[in-house]
Amino acid sequence: MSTVTLTIDGIKVTVPEGTTVLEAARQAGIAIPTLCHDPELSAPGACRLCVVEIQNMRNLPASCVTTAAEGMVVSTCSETVVEARRTILELLLANHPEDCLTCAKSGECALQDYAYQYGVRKAGFAGERHDYPLDESNPFIVRDLNKCILCGKCVRACDEIQGRTVINFAFRGFATKVATPMDLPLGESDCVFCGSCISVCPVGALTPKQMLGTGRVWEMRKVRTICPYCGTGCTIELNVKDGKVVGITSTPEGTVNGRALCVKGRFGYNFIHHPDRLTAPLIKQPDGSFREADWDEAIALVAEKFGAIKTAHGSDALAVMASARCTNEDNFLANKLARAVFGTNNIDHCARL
Amino acid sequence: MCQCCCSAEPVVDPKAQKLAGVFSKYRGEKGALIPVLQAAQEIYGYLPKEVLESIARELKMPLSKVYGVVTFYAQFHLKPRGRYVIRVCQGTACHVRGASQIMEALQEKLAIKDGETTTDLKFTLESVACLGACGLAPVMMVNDETHGRLTKDVVLKILEQYE
Amino acid sequence: MRRVLICAGTGCVASGSRKVTARLKEELDRQGLAEQIKVVNTGCHGFCEQGPIVIVEPGDIFYCQVQEKDVPDIVAKTLANGEVVDRLLFKEPGSGQAVTRYHDIHFYAKQQRLVLKNCGHIDPENLDEYLAVEGYEGLKRALTTMTREQVIEEVKLSGLRGRGGAGFPTGVKWEFAYNSPGDKKYVVCNADEGDPGAFMDRSILEGDPHAVIEGMLICGYAIGADEGYIYVRAEYPLATHRLRVAIAQATDRGYLGENILGTGFNFKLKIKEGAGAFVCGEETALLTSIEGNRGMPRVRPPFPAVKGIWEKPTNINNVETFANVPVILRKGGSWYASIGTERSKGTKVFALTGKIINTGLAEVPMGITMREIIFDIGGGIQKGKEFKAVQIGGPSGGCLPKELLDLPVDYDSLTQAGAMMGSGGLVVMDETTCMVDVARFFLNFTQKESCGKCTPCREGTKRMLEILTRITEGKGEMTDIERLERLAKVVKNTALCGLGQTAPNPILTTLRYFRDEYEAHINEASCPARVCKELITYWIHQEKCNGCTRCARSCASSAIAGAAKQPHSIDPAKCSKCGVCIEKCRQGAIVKLTGKERQLVKH
Repeated sequence: MSTVTLTIDGIKVTVPEGTTVLEAARQAGIAIPTLCHDPELSAPGACRLCVVEIQNMRNLPASCVTTAAEGMVVSTCSETVVEARRTILELLLANHPEDCLTCAKSGECALQDYAYQYGVRKAGFAGERHDYPLDESNPFIVRDLNKCILCGKCVRACDEIQGRTVINFAFRGFATKVATPMDLPLGESDCVFCGSCISVCPVGALTPKQMLGTGRVWEMRKVRTICPYCGTGCTIELNVKDGKVVGITSTPEGTVNGRALCVKGRFGYNFIHHPDRLTAPLIKQPDGSFREADWDEAIALVAEKFGAIKTAHGSDALAVMASARCTNEDNFLANKLARAVFGTNNIDHCARL
Repeated sequence: MCQCCCSAEPVVDPKAQKLAGVFSKYRGEKGALIPVLQAAQEIYGYLPKEVLESIARELKMPLSKVYGVVTFYAQFHLKPRGRYVIRVCQGTACHVRGASQIMEALQEKLAIKDGETTTDLKFTLESVACLGACGLAPVMMVNDETHGRLTKDVVLKILEQYE
Repeated sequence: MRRVLICAGTGCVASGSRKVTARLKEELDRQGLAEQIKVVNTGCHGFCEQGPIVIVEPGDIFYCQVQEKDVPDIVAKTLANGEVVDRLLFKEPGSGQAVTRYHDIHFYAKQQRLVLKNCGHIDPENLDEYLAVEGYEGLKRALTTMTREQVIEEVKLSGLRGRGGAGFPTGVKWEFAYNSPGDKKYVVCNADEGDPGAFMDRSILEGDPHAVIEGMLICGYAIGADEGYIYVRAEYPLATHRLRVAIAQATDRGYLGENILGTGFNFKLKIKEGAGAFVCGEETALLTSIEGNRGMPRVRPPFPAVKGIWEKPTNINNVETFANVPVILRKGGSWYASIGTERSKGTKVFALTGKIINTGLAEVPMGITMREIIFDIGGGIQKGKEFKAVQIGGPSGGCLPKELLDLPVDYDSLTQAGAMMGSGGLVVMDETTCMVDVARFFLNFTQKESCGKCTPCREGTKRMLEILTRITEGKGEMTDIERLERLAKVVKNTALCGLGQTAPNPILTTLRYFRDEYEAHINEASCPARVCKELITYWIHQEKCNGCTRCARSCASSAIAGAAKQPHSIDPAKCSKCGVCIEKCRQGAIVKLTGKERQLVKH
């Protein structure tokens, strides 16, 4: 494959042809801020935060959509570039609530990070701000369009990753917003609540409802594991605080799924700490009620009854149905139990259904 | 016993029939959404939700995309419009020759604001960037008719033509 | 045979030319002259203010502001007896001298009409009339005697540059599309003329639609395209109608379709009607719109010549550019290049509007000075007022002061001065125009028309407009100027498309040439042009007022009080500052006060 060599901030970088200036800079260890750019999504070049100065090019091109060319001389931190980025951040903040103190995204908000990095303390431009009602129409996603910076990642994720295209840009200019058809609340749309939009949102415009108030980002321990629902094997991250799972997020590093999850995988974790969840074996009494027992008693009882059935009706009178929520090791043991102990091949698994 | 109307003439909505004609005209054509929306608006006077839904279905595209296009262009309307659409030019030439007074006079007479429609669905009032008839500034259009050299009195007289 | 040419452009139709036509035909029938005199409805003469315009040939007699009632005189005197009806002649502003011949009118005499040549002189709905004036000869020459490469060379040789905005060399653009590999290519004509104050493209489409079609055909042949689109804005129903007629006729006669002129060249042409979005005049937004999407611009590169409609190589030019092509092919590139300046060749059509005497379309050779256009062709400033500035290039352009009146009008000089050729809108402003208000007007426009895709344009135009509005309302601070300038530069540098990148131009040029007006608004609460309502007070000069009561009777807000024959006075609390009283006053007693003067009336 042919390569091109360019100079970025005085560093010579050689990259494969077709690489963007942004990628080339990142390969050279030079950080360029981005809001609308996402390696997994198409590139609109819309937020303009990643602008750089390129010799012999008019204006400041956006590095995320500018292809590196042989001999290009790029400056990513000239005074003009920094001034432009700072102004763009000021513009975004001028139309963004200043409620970082209570915002769920605080601590992992790209806008907050860049404002800090570029020393933008205030909006700088007084004027009209959006005043959209909060969309809490559904149990899963809280949409606060006042915080939306219109990077459009959610629109692209819904379209390009999930293939649903439930949301799109609507209206234009300053009135542009991300909307469902007829601008209805998400709960009244065809949204399936996969939450892919949340996973790509760089700010606090889209947040998981169940995690609201459960803890700050920096208090969470992220434990990477596999989703217990179906057999796809999506990577998830348990957000653990004080030994409790308070939420599930996805990660771009998920080998099977990237950041995509389904509604169950992303939001269906309440069973973990649910009071109705069974944590001790129960034995049914002659009157139909259940009595709590210990494991030794319960297993002895089950073994006795299975033995009786096997003696009376043969091995194939027994069958095992395993669950996808169990680990592979558990399922392996269930398989052993069926074949080696019961002596039957009657075993199946819910994820096959 | 069968109570349905299969023996009688099927009930056809003439507008829906026209729309079906539009669909067959544009079937398989690339980039058909905007002309289809224009034709649909021509038929219905505006773009009701059900029409948008059937357009999305026919053109096999997400409704959110149809909605995004409809709200982007000034020409498309989601609410019923007046029989006569008055478009008052607010271009440079008209601006310097008092277009805002013309707009004010119309708003006062029709008791509606820019972008609104009278309750009897007779007039819709809109401002438009430039009608390209700068030599006659200030100018307005009523449907496809252009009226120029407007003054407050002239405007009121023109309105009477559309009674 | 005598011909009567009646303008049927949008402007003249609005002034009643259809009625004049109907009446004329009726009258000719009645007097039994219908056989000897041909009535032709033409396109626009570009002098809409004087409409309806009627020209009688031979004789080149020019009648203006003709109404139905004038028809019998025209028939009886001019058509029957060859006499001139004096009262219908054009009177030169200033001298008041009546001019009989069309070509003797100053407005036309100083023009050099290549593109507008047929406008007003042929029936745009009749292909034969176009053919009679060498129509489709350029195409014929290209198809039958030239290779595709030679056509491109000819256009390059002519030096023609895009007439829609930035002025990119047309031949070079064609060459890019020609060189782009691909089995399918498109030609697109940008007829989404949206600049407020520009209407040359409308006039060309209404007056000479075949010239545009011919230009597109030549381009299609040159780059290897067999399909084209004309994207016309929704506000131009008549232009769209004329194009439809022209396409149908050209198809009928074998100038469009399969095997054109028997040369094996195929080309089909479709009209796409815009749906009301100024930004679609930006070429990538236009292509996105043709594809049926929200008209949001895409990042360039890839340029349309490489990836245009449906990712196919596409060449896009505007109406006036295409309309220049036939004459280049007919008369040759070097002939065309002999007109104009070193780097700007040919002619350019300007739309003269604003506080100028002769409002209309003026086609002039490149390099002519602004002074010649405004004072010689335009007849100077209305009501004897003083010239202050000219806004050139629409919302993307800039305001140039009187010091630059002798600036030659060409692409590079204008860009250097901070304005741009743009589509050629030329809005003339006098001493009663406030430059801050003008900047606010344009920003209000671009802000409304911003597509909303990129941050600097979506948020930046909004904030610039807010700052300007504050200043015009007397609520500005000196830091606002610095803030405005900084923001304007960033938006210019970082916006995604041409609309955003040029939106700050009106601000940057007014700050450059009229900074003192900004400062007066802020520091002295004064609007020197006495335009910004919040900064002016209407006041009646007590010594001059004779108490005629005309002002009081005309005041819609009942803000003027005073007994008959006694000096009147205005209640500032009630006054809506509409200005009607000033127009009514014959004594010149009512004045607008601004800045410190307003203390006169502070109670």
